Amino acid sequence: MAQVALGLVNGAFYAMLSLGLAVIFGMLNVINFTHGAQFMMGAFAAWLLLTQLDVPFWASLILSPLIIGLFGVLIERLMLKRIYHLDHLYGFLLTFGLALIIEGLFQWKWGSGGAPYPAPIRGGTDLGFMVMPTYRLFVVVAALVICLATWYAIERTKFGAYLRAATENPTLVRAFGINVPRLITLTYGLGVGLAALAGVLAAPVQQVSALMGTNLVLVVFAVVVIGGMGSIMGSIVTGFGLGLIEGLTKVVYAPASNTVIFVVMAIVLLVKPAGLFGQTR
Amino acid sequence: MNGRTLGYGLTFVAALIAPWVAYPVFLMTALCFALFACAFNLLLGYAGLMSFGHAMFFGMAGYFFGYVVKTLDLAPELGLLAGVLGAAALGLVTGALAIRRQGIYFAMITLAFAQMIYFFCVQAPFTGGEDGLQGIVRKPLLGGLIPTKDDRVLYYVVLAIFLFGYGAIYRFIHSPFGQVLKAIRDNEQRAVSLGYEADRYKLLAFVLSAALAGLAGATKAMVLQFATLTDVSAATSGEVVLMALVGGLGTITGPVVGAFIIVTMQNYLASAGEFVLVIQGAIFVVIVMAFRKGLVGELTEWWRRRSAPRTEPAD
Repeated sequence: MAQVALGLVNGAFYAMLSLGLAVIFGMLNVINFTHGAQFMMGAFAAWLLLTQLDVPFWASLILSPLIIGLFGVLIERLMLKRIYHLDHLYGFLLTFGLALIIEGLFQWKWGSGGAPYPAPIRGGTDLGFMVMPTYRLFVVVAALVICLATWYAIERTKFGAYLRAATENPTLVRAFGINVPRLITLTYGLGVGLAALAGVLAAPVQQVSALMGTNLVLVVFAVVVIGGMGSIMGSIVTGFGLGLIEGLTKVVYAPASNTVIFVVMAIVLLVKPAGLFGQTR
Repeated sequence: MNGRTLGYGLTFVAALIAPWVAYPVFLMTALCFALFACAFNLLLGYAGLMSFGHAMFFGMAGYFFGYVVKTLDLAPELGLLAGVLGAAALGLVTGALAIRRQGIYFAMITLAFAQMIYFFCVQAPFTGGEDGLQGIVRKPLLGGLIPTKDDRVLYYVVLAIFLFGYGAIYRFIHSPFGQVLKAIRDNEQRAVSLGYEADRYKLLAFVLSAALAGLAGATKAMVLQFATLTDVSAATSGEVVLMALVGGLGTITGPVVGAFIIVTMQNYLASAGEFVLVIQGAIFVVIVMAFRKGLVGELTEWWRRRSAPRTEPAD
Protein backbone atom coordinates (compact mmCIF):
# COMPACT_ATOMS: atom_id res chain seq x y z
CA MET A 1 0.00 0.00 0.00
CA ALA A 2 2.84 2.35 0.85
CA GLN A 3 4.49 1.72 -2.53
CA VAL A 4 1.21 2.41 -4.27
CA ALA A 5 0.93 5.78 -2.56
CA LEU A 6 4.51 6.57 -3.52
CA GLY A 7 3.70 5.48 -7.07
CA LEU A 8 1.11 8.25 -7.09
CA VAL A 9 3.90 10.78 -6.48
CA ASN A 10 5.72 9.55 -9.59
CA GLY A 11 2.40 9.53 -11.40
CA ALA A 12 1.94 13.19 -10.49
CA PHE A 13 5.15 14.05 -12.32
CA TYR A 14 4.28 11.85 -15.30
CA ALA A 15 0.89 13.54 -15.54
CA MET A 16 2.29 17.08 -15.37
CA LEU A 17 5.02 16.40 -17.90
CA SER A 18 2.90 14.48 -20.39
CA LEU A 19 0.27 17.19 -20.09
CA GLY A 20 2.86 19.81 -21.07
CA LEU A 21 4.06 17.67 -23.97
CA ALA A 22 0.49 17.20 -25.19
CA VAL A 23 -0.31 20.92 -24.98
CA ILE A 24 2.86 21.81 -26.90
CA PHE A 25 2.37 19.09 -29.51
CA GLY A 26 -1.22 20.09 -30.09
CA MET A 27 -0.29 23.65 -30.93
CA LEU A 28 3.24 23.50 -32.33
CA ASN A 29 3.34 20.00 -33.81
CA VAL A 30 6.68 19.59 -32.08
CA ILE A 31 7.58 16.85 -29.64
CA ASN A 32 9.49 18.83 -27.08
CA PHE A 33 12.54 16.68 -26.29
CA THR A 34 13.85 19.58 -24.16
CA HIS A 35 11.03 18.88 -21.69
CA GLY A 36 13.25 16.86 -19.36
CA ALA A 37 15.95 19.53 -19.44
CA GLN A 38 13.37 22.21 -18.70
CA PHE A 39 12.05 20.14 -15.79
CA MET A 40 15.63 19.99 -14.48
CA MET A 41 16.08 23.75 -15.04
CA GLY A 42 12.95 24.41 -12.99
CA ALA A 43 14.38 22.44 -10.08
CA PHE A 44 17.76 24.14 -10.48
CA ALA A 45 16.19 27.59 -10.58
CA ALA A 46 14.42 26.87 -7.28
CA TRP A 47 17.63 25.53 -5.75
CA LEU A 48 19.68 28.52 -6.91
CA LEU A 49 17.02 30.97 -5.72
CA LEU A 50 17.11 29.29 -2.31
CA THR A 51 20.87 28.95 -1.89
CA GLN A 52 21.96 32.22 -3.53
CA LEU A 53 19.10 34.62 -2.79
CA ASP A 54 17.29 32.95 0.12
CA VAL A 55 14.04 32.84 -1.82
CA PRO A 56 11.69 30.40 -0.08
CA PHE A 57 10.11 27.38 -1.80
CA TRP A 58 6.67 28.94 -2.05
CA ALA A 59 7.96 31.95 -3.99
CA SER A 60 10.03 29.67 -6.25
CA LEU A 61 6.87 27.78 -7.07
CA ILE A 62 5.82 30.88 -9.01
CA LEU A 63 9.15 32.49 -9.88
CA SER A 64 10.93 29.47 -11.32
CA PRO A 65 8.23 28.51 -13.87
CA LEU A 66 8.09 32.17 -14.92
CA ILE A 67 11.84 32.35 -15.51
CA ILE A 68 12.04 29.02 -17.33
CA GLY A 69 8.84 29.79 -19.23
CA LEU A 70 10.43 33.02 -20.49
CA PHE A 71 13.46 31.02 -21.52
CA GLY A 72 11.08 28.75 -23.45
CA VAL A 73 9.52 31.77 -25.15
CA LEU A 74 13.01 32.81 -26.25
CA ILE A 75 13.70 29.37 -27.74
CA GLU A 76 10.38 29.41 -29.57
CA ARG A 77 10.96 32.89 -31.00
CA LEU A 78 14.56 32.26 -32.03
CA MET A 79 14.46 28.69 -33.27
CA LEU A 80 11.29 26.62 -33.16
CA LYS A 81 9.19 29.05 -35.17
CA ARG A 82 11.56 28.67 -38.11
CA ILE A 83 10.96 24.95 -38.50
CA TYR A 84 7.18 24.56 -38.18
CA HIS A 85 6.83 24.04 -41.93
CA LEU A 86 9.17 21.03 -41.83
CA ASP A 87 8.57 17.42 -40.93
CA HIS A 88 7.92 16.72 -37.21
CA LEU A 89 11.22 14.91 -37.02
CA TYR A 90 13.20 18.12 -37.32
CA GLY A 91 11.49 19.59 -34.26
CA PHE A 92 12.32 16.41 -32.41
CA LEU A 93 15.98 16.60 -33.50
CA LEU A 94 16.27 20.31 -32.73
CA THR A 95 14.86 19.98 -29.23
CA PHE A 96 17.01 16.88 -28.67
CA GLY A 97 20.08 18.97 -29.54
CA LEU A 98 18.93 21.73 -27.20
CA ALA A 99 18.49 19.20 -24.40
CA LEU A 100 22.06 17.96 -24.94
CA ILE A 101 23.41 21.51 -24.80
CA ILE A 102 21.49 22.44 -21.66
CA GLU A 103 22.25 19.23 -19.79
CA GLY A 104 25.90 19.36 -20.86
CA LEU A 105 26.27 22.93 -19.62
CA PHE A 106 24.61 22.16 -16.26
CA GLN A 107 26.80 19.09 -15.83
CA TRP A 108 29.88 21.11 -16.63
CA LYS A 109 28.97 23.86 -14.16
CA TRP A 110 27.54 21.81 -11.29
CA GLY A 111 28.72 18.24 -11.95
CA SER A 112 26.41 15.26 -12.24
CA GLY A 113 26.05 14.69 -8.50
CA GLY A 114 22.89 15.82 -6.77
CA ALA A 115 22.26 18.64 -4.34
CA PRO A 116 19.60 18.23 -1.64
CA TYR A 117 16.68 20.64 -1.38
CA PRO A 118 15.09 20.81 2.08
CA ALA A 119 11.41 19.83 2.14
CA PRO A 120 9.28 22.90 2.82
CA ILE A 121 6.73 20.84 4.78
CA ARG A 122 8.06 18.52 7.42
CA GLY A 123 6.47 15.60 9.20
CA GLY A 124 4.12 12.90 8.07
CA THR A 125 0.43 12.42 7.72
CA ASP A 126 -1.31 9.28 8.92
CA LEU A 127 -3.50 8.06 6.10
CA GLY A 128 -4.87 5.16 8.12
CA PHE A 129 -2.96 2.50 6.20
CA MET A 130 0.42 4.24 6.21
CA VAL A 131 2.26 7.35 7.30
CA MET A 132 3.15 9.41 4.25
CA PRO A 133 5.51 12.38 4.32
CA THR A 134 3.18 15.37 4.22
CA TYR A 135 5.19 17.01 1.47
CA ARG A 136 4.63 14.07 -0.89
CA LEU A 137 0.94 14.19 -0.17
CA PHE A 138 1.08 17.88 -1.01
CA VAL A 139 2.82 17.07 -4.34
CA VAL A 140 0.05 14.70 -5.37
CA VAL A 141 -2.69 17.16 -4.47
CA ALA A 142 -0.87 20.12 -6.03
CA ALA A 143 -0.25 18.20 -9.26
CA LEU A 144 -3.90 17.21 -9.43
CA VAL A 145 -4.97 20.83 -8.93
CA ILE A 146 -2.50 22.09 -11.54
CA CYS A 147 -3.55 19.44 -14.06
CA LEU A 148 -7.25 20.14 -13.57
CA ALA A 149 -6.64 23.89 -13.77
CA THR A 150 -4.83 23.41 -17.08
CA TRP A 151 -7.65 21.23 -18.33
CA TYR A 152 -10.15 23.91 -17.29
CA ALA A 153 -8.13 26.66 -18.94
CA ILE A 154 -7.99 24.83 -22.23
CA GLU A 155 -11.43 23.24 -22.35
CA ARG A 156 -13.60 25.84 -20.61
CA THR A 157 -12.16 29.36 -21.04
CA LYS A 158 -12.13 31.78 -23.94
CA PHE A 159 -8.34 31.63 -24.20
CA GLY A 160 -8.59 27.86 -24.40
CA ALA A 161 -11.23 28.10 -27.08
CA TYR A 162 -8.93 30.29 -29.20
CA LEU A 163 -6.14 27.80 -28.61
CA ARG A 164 -8.21 24.82 -29.69
CA ALA A 165 -9.52 26.68 -32.69
CA ALA A 166 -6.01 27.68 -33.73
CA THR A 167 -4.92 24.05 -33.42
CA GLU A 168 -7.70 23.00 -35.78
CA ASN A 169 -7.37 25.75 -38.36
CA PRO A 170 -4.75 28.46 -37.79
CA THR A 171 -5.50 30.32 -41.04
CA LEU A 172 -9.17 30.78 -40.24
CA VAL A 173 -8.47 31.87 -36.66
CA ARG A 174 -5.98 34.37 -38.02
CA ALA A 175 -8.62 35.75 -40.34
CA PHE A 176 -10.71 36.54 -37.24
CA GLY A 177 -7.96 38.88 -36.11
CA ILE A 178 -6.34 36.68 -33.52
CA ASN A 179 -2.57 36.80 -33.31
CA VAL A 180 -1.84 33.11 -33.85
CA PRO A 181 1.98 33.29 -33.75
CA ARG A 182 1.74 34.97 -30.35
CA LEU A 183 -0.71 32.31 -29.22
CA ILE A 184 1.80 29.64 -30.27
CA THR A 185 4.61 31.35 -28.37
CA LEU A 186 2.43 31.62 -25.28
CA THR A 187 1.50 27.95 -25.53
CA TYR A 188 5.13 26.89 -25.65
CA GLY A 189 5.91 29.14 -22.69
CA LEU A 190 2.98 27.60 -20.81
CA GLY A 191 4.10 24.04 -21.57
CA VAL A 192 7.66 24.79 -20.54
CA GLY A 193 6.41 26.54 -17.41
CA LEU A 194 4.46 23.39 -16.51
CA ALA A 195 7.65 21.32 -16.86
CA ALA A 196 9.53 23.79 -14.66
CA LEU A 197 6.73 23.75 -12.07
CA ALA A 198 6.98 19.96 -11.96
CA GLY A 199 10.72 20.42 -11.51
CA VAL A 200 10.25 22.72 -8.51
CA LEU A 201 7.82 20.24 -6.94
CA ALA A 202 10.30 17.42 -7.58
CA ALA A 203 13.28 19.25 -6.06
CA PRO A 204 12.58 18.26 -2.43
CA VAL A 205 11.60 14.70 -3.41
CA GLN A 206 14.62 13.91 -5.58
CA GLN A 207 18.10 15.35 -5.57
CA VAL A 208 18.56 18.42 -7.74
CA SER A 209 20.95 17.24 -10.44
CA ALA A 210 21.81 17.97 -14.06
CA LEU A 211 20.56 14.57 -15.20
CA MET A 212 17.31 14.36 -13.20
CA GLY A 213 15.23 14.92 -16.33
CA THR A 214 17.17 12.74 -18.76
CA ASN A 215 15.62 9.37 -17.99
CA LEU A 216 12.34 10.86 -16.87
CA VAL A 217 11.61 12.33 -20.29
CA LEU A 218 12.05 8.90 -21.90
CA VAL A 219 9.49 7.38 -19.53
CA VAL A 220 7.16 10.29 -20.21
CA PHE A 221 7.43 9.60 -23.95
CA ALA A 222 6.18 6.08 -23.29
CA VAL A 223 3.35 7.56 -21.20
CA VAL A 224 2.46 9.84 -24.11
CA VAL A 225 2.46 6.92 -26.56
CA ILE A 226 0.17 4.96 -24.22
CA GLY A 227 -2.25 7.82 -23.66
CA GLY A 228 -2.15 9.36 -27.10
CA MET A 229 -1.75 13.10 -27.31
CA GLY A 230 -5.25 13.86 -28.49
CA SER A 231 -6.83 14.51 -25.13
CA ILE A 232 -5.82 16.65 -22.15
CA MET A 233 -7.78 14.56 -19.66
CA GLY A 234 -6.27 11.45 -21.25
CA SER A 235 -2.75 12.62 -20.43
CA ILE A 236 -3.67 13.30 -16.82
CA VAL A 237 -5.41 9.97 -16.27
CA THR A 238 -2.65 8.01 -18.04
CA GLY A 239 0.08 9.77 -16.07
CA PHE A 240 -1.41 9.03 -12.65
CA GLY A 241 -2.50 5.54 -13.74
CA LEU A 242 0.97 4.54 -14.86
CA GLY A 243 2.50 5.89 -11.66
CA LEU A 244 0.12 3.59 -9.77
CA ILE A 245 0.99 0.61 -11.97
CA GLU A 246 4.67 1.28 -11.41
CA GLY A 247 4.08 1.42 -7.65
CA LEU A 248 2.13 -1.85 -7.71
CA THR A 249 4.90 -3.53 -9.70
CA LYS A 250 7.36 -2.52 -7.01
CA VAL A 251 5.31 -4.54 -4.54
CA VAL A 252 4.85 -7.60 -6.76
CA TYR A 253 8.22 -7.86 -8.50
CA ALA A 254 10.59 -4.99 -7.81
CA PRO A 255 13.21 -5.56 -10.57
CA ALA A 256 10.52 -5.06 -13.24
CA SER A 257 9.36 -1.72 -11.84
CA ASN A 258 11.44 0.44 -14.17
CA THR A 259 10.50 -1.51 -17.29
CA VAL A 260 6.80 -2.05 -16.59
CA ILE A 261 5.71 1.19 -18.29
CA PHE A 262 7.43 0.11 -21.50
CA VAL A 263 5.74 -3.29 -21.30
CA VAL A 264 2.38 -1.54 -20.90
CA MET A 265 3.28 0.51 -23.96
CA ALA A 266 3.94 -2.66 -25.99
CA ILE A 267 0.60 -4.13 -24.92
CA VAL A 268 -1.28 -0.94 -25.76
CA LEU A 269 0.38 -0.87 -29.18
CA LEU A 270 -0.83 -4.42 -29.78
CA VAL A 271 -4.37 -3.85 -28.63
CA LYS A 272 -5.09 -0.22 -29.44
CA PRO A 273 -2.33 1.21 -31.64
CA ALA A 274 -3.67 4.76 -31.53
CA GLY A 275 -3.24 4.95 -27.76
CA LEU A 276 -5.89 4.78 -25.06
CA PHE A 277 -7.25 8.29 -25.65
CA GLY A 278 -5.81 9.03 -29.07
CA GLN A 279 -7.24 9.39 -32.50
CA THR A 280 -5.21 8.06 -35.40
CA ARG A 281 -3.65 10.77 -37.46
CA MET B 1 36.09 6.21 -66.16
CA ASN B 2 33.64 8.67 -64.68
CA GLY B 3 34.03 10.75 -61.56
CA ARG B 4 32.02 8.48 -59.32
CA THR B 5 34.02 5.33 -60.14
CA LEU B 6 37.20 7.31 -59.67
CA GLY B 7 35.98 8.54 -56.30
CA TYR B 8 35.11 5.04 -55.11
CA GLY B 9 38.45 3.70 -56.43
CA LEU B 10 40.48 6.38 -54.64
CA THR B 11 38.54 5.85 -51.41
CA PHE B 12 39.19 2.12 -51.63
CA VAL B 13 42.93 2.61 -52.14
CA ALA B 14 42.97 5.07 -49.24
CA ALA B 15 41.14 2.50 -47.09
CA LEU B 16 43.78 -0.12 -47.96
CA ILE B 17 46.77 2.00 -46.95
CA ALA B 18 45.01 3.74 -44.05
CA PRO B 19 46.26 1.45 -41.22
CA TRP B 20 49.85 2.39 -42.09
CA VAL B 21 49.03 6.06 -41.75
CA ALA B 22 46.49 6.23 -38.95
CA TYR B 23 45.94 4.33 -35.72
CA PRO B 24 44.20 1.03 -36.72
CA VAL B 25 41.94 0.74 -33.65
CA PHE B 26 40.58 4.22 -34.33
CA LEU B 27 39.92 3.30 -37.96
CA MET B 28 38.18 0.07 -36.97
CA THR B 29 35.97 1.88 -34.46
CA ALA B 30 35.08 4.45 -37.09
CA LEU B 31 34.24 1.69 -39.60
CA CYS B 32 31.95 -0.02 -37.07
CA PHE B 33 30.12 3.24 -36.42
CA ALA B 34 30.00 3.92 -40.16
CA LEU B 35 28.26 0.59 -40.76
CA PHE B 36 25.95 1.33 -37.81
CA ALA B 37 25.08 4.73 -39.30
CA CYS B 38 24.46 3.18 -42.73
CA ALA B 39 22.11 0.63 -41.18
CA PHE B 40 20.22 3.42 -39.40
CA ASN B 41 20.10 5.45 -42.59
CA LEU B 42 18.71 2.52 -44.59
CA LEU B 43 15.62 2.74 -42.42
CA LEU B 44 15.31 6.52 -42.36
CA GLY B 45 16.41 7.40 -45.86
CA TYR B 46 14.63 4.65 -47.74
CA ALA B 47 11.69 3.68 -45.56
CA GLY B 48 11.11 7.09 -44.00
CA LEU B 49 11.18 5.62 -40.50
CA MET B 50 13.34 7.36 -37.94
CA SER B 51 14.39 5.02 -35.19
CA PHE B 52 15.61 6.73 -32.06
CA GLY B 53 16.51 3.43 -30.42
CA HIS B 54 19.02 1.82 -32.73
CA ALA B 55 21.52 1.48 -29.89
CA MET B 56 19.52 -1.50 -28.63
CA PHE B 57 20.59 -3.53 -31.68
CA PHE B 58 24.14 -2.23 -31.68
CA GLY B 59 24.67 -2.72 -27.96
CA MET B 60 22.82 -6.01 -27.55
CA ALA B 61 24.80 -7.52 -30.45
CA GLY B 62 27.96 -6.58 -28.56
CA TYR B 63 26.67 -8.44 -25.51
CA PHE B 64 25.68 -11.46 -27.62
CA PHE B 65 29.16 -11.52 -29.14
CA GLY B 66 30.79 -11.26 -25.73
CA TYR B 67 28.56 -13.95 -24.26
CA VAL B 68 29.25 -16.44 -27.08
CA VAL B 69 33.00 -15.79 -27.29
CA LYS B 70 33.85 -15.22 -23.64
CA THR B 71 31.29 -17.07 -21.53
CA LEU B 72 30.58 -19.97 -23.93
CA ASP B 73 34.15 -19.91 -25.29
CA LEU B 74 33.13 -20.44 -28.92
CA ALA B 75 34.61 -19.16 -32.19
CA PRO B 76 34.31 -15.44 -33.00
CA GLU B 77 32.46 -16.23 -36.25
CA LEU B 78 29.69 -17.73 -34.14
CA GLY B 79 29.81 -14.62 -31.97
CA LEU B 80 29.25 -12.37 -34.98
CA LEU B 81 26.46 -14.65 -36.17
CA ALA B 82 24.84 -14.53 -32.72
CA GLY B 83 25.09 -10.74 -32.75
CA VAL B 84 23.43 -10.45 -36.15
CA LEU B 85 20.69 -13.00 -35.49
CA GLY B 86 20.03 -11.71 -31.98
CA ALA B 87 19.70 -8.14 -33.23
CA ALA B 88 17.46 -9.29 -36.08
CA ALA B 89 15.19 -11.16 -33.66
CA LEU B 90 15.00 -8.12 -31.39
CA GLY B 91 14.26 -6.04 -34.47
CA LEU B 92 11.46 -8.36 -35.47
CA VAL B 93 9.71 -8.02 -32.09
CA THR B 94 10.19 -4.30 -31.53
CA GLY B 95 9.68 -3.48 -35.22
CA ALA B 96 6.38 -5.35 -35.42
CA LEU B 97 5.11 -3.15 -32.58
CA ALA B 98 6.73 0.12 -33.61
CA ILE B 99 5.46 0.15 -37.21
CA ARG B 100 1.93 0.25 -35.89
CA ARG B 101 2.44 3.97 -35.41
CA GLN B 102 3.97 6.50 -37.76
CA GLY B 103 6.16 9.55 -37.85
CA ILE B 104 7.07 11.06 -34.54
CA TYR B 105 5.34 8.31 -32.55
CA PHE B 106 7.56 5.75 -34.27
CA ALA B 107 10.62 7.63 -33.02
CA MET B 108 9.24 7.76 -29.48
CA ILE B 109 8.30 4.08 -29.45
CA THR B 110 11.73 2.93 -30.60
CA LEU B 111 13.28 5.26 -28.04
CA ALA B 112 11.12 3.75 -25.31
CA PHE B 113 11.95 0.18 -26.31
CA ALA B 114 15.65 1.01 -26.33
CA GLN B 115 15.30 2.43 -22.83
CA MET B 116 13.56 -0.77 -21.73
CA ILE B 117 16.44 -2.83 -23.15
CA TYR B 118 18.85 -0.52 -21.34
CA PHE B 119 17.15 -1.11 -17.98
CA PHE B 120 17.10 -4.82 -18.77
CA CYS B 121 20.85 -4.79 -19.45
CA VAL B 122 21.55 -2.98 -16.18
CA GLN B 123 19.91 -5.84 -14.25
CA ALA B 124 20.38 -8.96 -16.39
CA PRO B 125 23.11 -11.30 -15.11
CA PHE B 126 24.80 -12.07 -18.44
CA THR B 127 25.66 -8.46 -19.29
CA GLY B 128 27.86 -7.84 -16.26
CA GLY B 129 25.72 -4.86 -15.19
CA GLU B 130 27.64 -1.63 -14.67
CA ASP B 131 31.00 -3.26 -15.49
CA GLY B 132 29.89 -4.73 -18.80
CA LEU B 133 31.72 -7.66 -20.37
CA GLN B 134 35.43 -6.95 -20.14
CA GLY B 135 38.40 -8.76 -21.67
CA ILE B 136 36.77 -10.60 -24.55
CA VAL B 137 39.91 -12.27 -25.92
CA ARG B 138 40.54 -11.88 -29.65
CA LYS B 139 40.63 -15.36 -31.14
CA PRO B 140 41.92 -16.22 -34.63
CA LEU B 141 39.31 -16.28 -37.37
CA LEU B 142 38.53 -19.05 -39.87
CA GLY B 143 39.89 -21.79 -37.64
CA GLY B 144 43.28 -20.17 -37.17
CA LEU B 145 43.90 -18.89 -40.71
CA ILE B 146 43.65 -15.23 -39.75
CA PRO B 147 45.51 -14.17 -36.62
CA THR B 148 43.59 -11.24 -35.16
CA LYS B 149 46.00 -10.24 -32.41
CA ASP B 150 47.68 -7.90 -34.91
CA ASP B 151 45.61 -4.71 -35.22
CA ARG B 152 46.46 -4.26 -38.90
CA VAL B 153 45.35 -7.76 -39.85
CA LEU B 154 42.12 -7.29 -37.92
CA TYR B 155 41.64 -3.97 -39.69
CA TYR B 156 41.33 -5.72 -43.05
CA VAL B 157 38.81 -8.15 -41.55
CA VAL B 158 36.76 -5.22 -40.26
CA LEU B 159 37.09 -3.47 -43.62
CA ALA B 160 35.78 -6.61 -45.33
CA ILE B 161 32.86 -6.80 -42.90
CA PHE B 162 32.08 -3.13 -43.51
CA LEU B 163 32.21 -3.55 -47.29
CA PHE B 164 29.95 -6.59 -47.01
CA GLY B 165 27.41 -4.57 -45.00
CA TYR B 166 27.69 -1.54 -47.24
CA GLY B 167 27.34 -3.71 -50.35
CA ALA B 168 24.29 -5.40 -48.85
CA ILE B 169 22.65 -2.03 -48.24
CA TYR B 170 23.52 -0.92 -51.77
CA ARG B 171 21.91 -4.08 -53.16
CA PHE B 172 18.75 -3.63 -51.06
CA ILE B 173 18.29 -0.04 -52.16
CA HIS B 174 18.76 -0.83 -55.87
CA SER B 175 16.56 -3.91 -55.86
CA PRO B 176 12.82 -4.06 -56.59
CA PHE B 177 12.42 -4.34 -52.81
CA GLY B 178 14.16 -0.99 -52.37
CA GLN B 179 11.98 0.61 -55.02
CA VAL B 180 8.79 -0.55 -53.31
CA LEU B 181 10.17 0.76 -50.03
CA LYS B 182 10.72 4.18 -51.58
CA ALA B 183 7.21 4.12 -53.04
CA ILE B 184 5.82 3.42 -49.57
CA ARG B 185 7.92 6.21 -48.08
CA ASP B 186 6.69 8.72 -50.63
CA ASN B 187 3.04 7.72 -50.59
CA GLU B 188 1.94 4.83 -48.46
CA GLN B 189 -1.71 4.84 -49.54
CA ARG B 190 -0.77 4.68 -53.18
CA ALA B 191 1.61 1.77 -52.61
CA VAL B 192 -1.08 -0.07 -50.65
CA SER B 193 -3.65 0.55 -53.36
CA LEU B 194 -1.19 -0.95 -55.87
CA GLY B 195 -1.30 -4.13 -53.83
CA TYR B 196 1.87 -3.86 -51.78
CA GLU B 197 1.63 -4.84 -48.15
CA ALA B 198 3.29 -1.76 -46.74
CA ASP B 199 3.66 -3.09 -43.21
CA ARG B 200 5.44 -6.22 -44.36
CA TYR B 201 7.96 -4.18 -46.36
CA LYS B 202 8.52 -1.77 -43.50
CA LEU B 203 9.04 -4.62 -41.05
CA LEU B 204 11.52 -6.31 -43.39
CA ALA B 205 13.45 -3.05 -43.73
CA PHE B 206 13.43 -2.69 -39.95
CA VAL B 207 14.76 -6.22 -39.41
CA LEU B 208 17.48 -5.75 -42.04
CA SER B 209 18.52 -2.48 -40.48
CA ALA B 210 18.58 -4.08 -37.03
CA ALA B 211 20.64 -7.03 -38.29
CA LEU B 212 23.24 -4.76 -39.90
CA ALA B 213 23.38 -2.58 -36.79
CA GLY B 214 23.93 -5.86 -34.91
CA LEU B 215 26.79 -6.78 -37.26
CA ALA B 216 28.37 -3.40 -36.52
CA GLY B 217 27.91 -3.80 -32.76
CA ALA B 218 29.31 -7.35 -32.66
CA THR B 219 32.29 -6.28 -34.76
CA LYS B 220 32.95 -3.39 -32.41
CA ALA B 221 32.92 -5.77 -29.44
CA MET B 222 35.41 -7.99 -31.28
CA VAL B 223 37.72 -5.05 -31.98
CA LEU B 224 37.62 -3.30 -28.62
CA GLN B 225 37.25 -6.55 -26.62
CA PHE B 226 34.47 -5.27 -24.42
CA ALA B 227 30.73 -4.62 -24.42
CA THR B 228 29.32 -1.98 -22.11
CA LEU B 229 26.13 -0.23 -21.13
CA THR B 230 27.14 2.86 -23.11
CA ASP B 231 26.48 1.01 -26.35
CA VAL B 232 22.84 0.33 -25.45
CA SER B 233 22.18 3.77 -23.98
CA ALA B 234 20.02 6.52 -25.42
CA ALA B 235 23.18 8.57 -25.92
CA THR B 236 24.42 6.08 -28.52
CA SER B 237 21.02 6.11 -30.23
CA GLY B 238 21.33 9.88 -30.45
CA GLU B 239 24.91 9.65 -31.72
CA VAL B 240 24.00 7.50 -34.69
CA VAL B 241 21.24 9.94 -35.61
CA LEU B 242 23.82 12.72 -35.41
CA MET B 243 26.24 10.82 -37.69
CA ALA B 244 23.60 10.29 -40.36
CA LEU B 245 22.44 13.89 -39.98
CA VAL B 246 25.94 15.37 -40.30
CA GLY B 247 26.68 13.32 -43.40
CA GLY B 248 23.26 13.78 -44.95
CA LEU B 249 20.03 11.89 -44.35
CA GLY B 250 19.06 9.67 -47.23
CA THR B 251 22.40 9.81 -49.03
CA ILE B 252 24.25 6.51 -49.23
CA THR B 253 27.76 7.86 -48.53
CA GLY B 254 26.66 10.51 -46.02
CA PRO B 255 26.49 8.30 -42.93
CA VAL B 256 30.04 7.02 -43.56
CA VAL B 257 31.37 10.58 -43.76
CA GLY B 258 29.32 11.60 -40.72
CA ALA B 259 30.55 8.63 -38.67
CA PHE B 260 34.20 9.44 -39.39
CA ILE B 261 33.66 13.09 -38.48
CA ILE B 262 31.90 12.33 -35.19
CA VAL B 263 34.29 9.56 -34.12
CA THR B 264 37.28 11.80 -34.91
CA MET B 265 35.69 14.62 -32.95
CA GLN B 266 35.11 12.37 -29.95
CA ASN B 267 38.72 11.21 -30.15
CA TYR B 268 40.06 14.74 -30.00
CA LEU B 269 37.57 15.95 -27.43
CA ALA B 270 37.85 12.96 -25.12
CA SER B 271 39.31 15.22 -22.43
CA ALA B 272 36.58 17.83 -22.77
CA GLY B 273 34.12 15.73 -20.71
CA GLU B 274 30.63 17.20 -20.62
CA PHE B 275 31.52 19.60 -23.37
CA VAL B 276 31.30 16.81 -25.92
CA LEU B 277 27.56 16.75 -25.18
CA VAL B 278 27.31 20.50 -25.61
CA ILE B 279 29.15 20.40 -28.92
CA GLN B 280 27.07 17.48 -30.18
CA GLY B 281 23.92 19.34 -29.21
CA ALA B 282 25.15 22.48 -30.95
CA ILE B 283 25.84 20.47 -34.14
CA PHE B 284 22.27 19.13 -34.01
CA VAL B 285 20.87 22.64 -33.67
CA VAL B 286 23.05 24.16 -36.40
CA ILE B 287 22.33 21.38 -38.89
CA VAL B 288 18.57 21.41 -38.30
CA MET B 289 18.46 25.20 -38.54
CA ALA B 290 20.79 25.71 -41.49
CA PHE B 291 22.16 22.60 -43.24
CA ARG B 292 19.36 20.08 -43.28
CA LYS B 293 20.83 18.15 -46.20
CA GLY B 294 24.04 17.40 -44.31
CA LEU B 295 27.57 17.56 -45.63
CA VAL B 296 27.22 15.15 -48.56
CA GLY B 297 23.76 16.45 -49.45
CA GLU B 298 24.87 20.10 -49.49
CA LEU B 299 28.03 19.29 -51.46
CA THR B 300 26.08 17.33 -54.06
CA GLU B 301 23.70 20.22 -54.48
CA TRP B 302 26.52 22.74 -54.73
CA TRP B 303 28.17 20.54 -57.37
CA ARG B 304 24.92 20.26 -59.31
CA ARG B 305 24.34 24.02 -59.19
CA ARG B 306 27.91 24.70 -60.29
CA SER B 307 27.79 22.33 -63.23
CA ALA B 308 24.20 23.07 -64.21
CA PRO B 309 24.70 26.21 -66.39
CA ARG B 310 27.18 24.41 -68.61
CA THR B 311 24.91 21.54 -69.55
CA GLU B 312 21.64 23.41 -69.88
CA PRO B 313 21.99 27.13 -70.60
CA ALA B 314 19.51 29.20 -68.65
CA ASP B 315 17.50 31.84 -70.41
